[in-house]
Amino acid sequence: MTTLTAPVVHTGLLTARQLRAFARNPAYLLINLVQPIIWLLLFGQLFKAVVSIPGFTGGDDYLTFLTPGIVMMMALFGSAWAGTTYIQDMDRGVMDRFLTSPTSRAGLIVATMLYQAVLTVIQTLVVLGVAWLAGARFEGGPAGILVLMLAAVLLTFVFAAFSDAIALLAKQQTALIAISQLISFPLMFLSSAIMDTTLSPAWVGDIARFNPVEWAVAAGRDALTSAPDWASVWGHLGLLAGLTVVMTILATAAFRAYQRSV
Amino acid sequence: MTSHQVGISAHDLRKSYPAGRGAPRVTALDGLSIEVEAGTIFGLLGPNGAGKSTTVKILSTLSRAESGTAEVAGIDVARHPDRVRRVIGFVAQKAVADPMDTGRENLVLAGRLQGMRDASHRAAELLDRFSLTEAADRQVKTYSGGMARKLDVAIGLMNRPQVLFLDEPTTGLDPEARAEMWTELEAMAKVERMTVLLTTHYLEEADRLASRLAIVDHGRVVVAGSPEELKDGLHGDAVIVELTSGEDAAEGLRLLERLPGLDEVLVDGRVLRSRAASGAEALPQVLAALDTARLGGARLAVASATVARPSLDDVYLRHTGHSYSSTGSEGVNA
Repeated sequence: MTTLTAPVVHTGLLTARQLRAFARNPAYLLINLVQPIIWLLLFGQLFKAVVSIPGFTGGDDYLTFLTPGIVMMMALFGSAWAGTTYIQDMDRGVMDRFLTSPTSRAGLIVATMLYQAVLTVIQTLVVLGVAWLAGARFEGGPAGILVLMLAAVLLTFVFAAFSDAIALLAKQQTALIAISQLISFPLMFLSSAIMDTTLSPAWVGDIARFNPVEWAVAAGRDALTSAPDWASVWGHLGLLAGLTVVMTILATAAFRAYQRSV
Repeated sequence: MTSHQVGISAHDLRKSYPAGRGAPRVTALDGLSIEVEAGTIFGLLGPNGAGKSTTVKILSTLSRAESGTAEVAGIDVARHPDRVRRVIGFVAQKAVADPMDTGRENLVLAGRLQGMRDASHRAAELLDRFSLTEAADRQVKTYSGGMARKLDVAIGLMNRPQVLFLDEPTTGLDPEARAEMWTELEAMAKVERMTVLLTTHYLEEADRLASRLAIVDHGRVVVAGSPEELKDGLHGDAVIVELTSGEDAAEGLRLLERLPGLDEVLVDGRVLRSRAASGAEALPQVLAALDTARLGGARLAVASATVARPSLDDVYLRHTGHSYSSTGSEGVNA
């Protein structure tokens, strides 16, 4: 095997390993879906009247506004857990065995990103279905849904790589959970996921412009409208893609820190 | 494939770990050196914390030494870790199999990551060798401790390594599974032509499996040789007397030191150890001396007395100054 193809082959092999474990325990997917669907239906009802606040720029149906927000919330919360696989591998000797074989370090990271992206795609389809049954309508059509999924997948990549890096540095499940929670919730609320930021204090909007969750929400929501601003959509997707590359490189470098600590 | 006379050589390895806030660093390796002839099983014997696992981690490229040099199959581990990784198998102290995958999936994945084309064939061969064929397509989390450990060793063998690292392969196994593993490892050594570095804290395991061994204490090798050489080096039998109480053991030590023909007298709790050219001749003298002192008022009643041919435990005692079993190493993991 040449050094060029090895990382690709290893990524495939390691992604398949995680998908096998998932296929043997698919209940995990249901557990992951319960919270976002409750949020979708509960918030969808609770804040129905938000759309009639003067100055609300997100259309005239709150459920339709909320759905891309919930999709990104699910992608964020799910991918923040991605490092769990490696915590388990480290608690056993599995990680050390990989690292003493020619296993591609980048392959190890990208495999968790791809696996998490598969979950995100399945969950997104379920959430869209539930939202449609509850009355939400997406004028963007199949193209809009594809772009929403692309945004969700890129957001998943960013936070799965981040989670892997934290796992390799902290080496403990409790630390991973604490850091994920500490970051996920503020990122979610400092975006337009559930509330139009034009109605929030100005500083929230200012912060949101640098928030990758907001980039994904904005791109996905815009793509689902009847006349998307494609320049803005692709701009946000470009930012997410760039951050994905940076995070992947950082997470791969975290293996060196891990190996120094063993 | 090139063959090397030296399977593993390590020279003056040093490594320390941070011990937490403010505390001085803990020295794991303090100038450890070993030389392992290619194609042999070499045992690293010592209690927990002696530096065995650290040595394995450095030689298998997982960790790096602060100073010193090491070559595995003729390749420098610090300079060419990627090349070393292609020719070694690594069985960590902890389980190396993924419990969510089946035994066969674990083996095939390990082989494919090594770039093997015949991974499925090799996996079937190893499953058969370790009598795991029936369990091959079950998830590893359903395996018994002994089965899972055999699979770990099989994973280490997948890529037909030139050098195999086995870090405490039988720790945590019940005696029956341990005996079975020993049989498997002996059979493996005959079939596969490779160098094995085995760490263990079981004296019996090192004695049985290793053709040469090194006793490691406080991060360095205190003595190395074949088990027979090490035992022969002690000259004579061990004479061991266990007292009912340790209160006057120091007095017993003084008494025994004065007896002719008795060497290397040591006290270890309420056990008096010594060495004599002929244990059978020395023992009555020892008992008589203790009995005389006991009648004189010293608390030197004898609970048991043993004469034994030298064992590795005696070798260990001689070179480290403390008895192996008193290190509290049995069955505990570090």
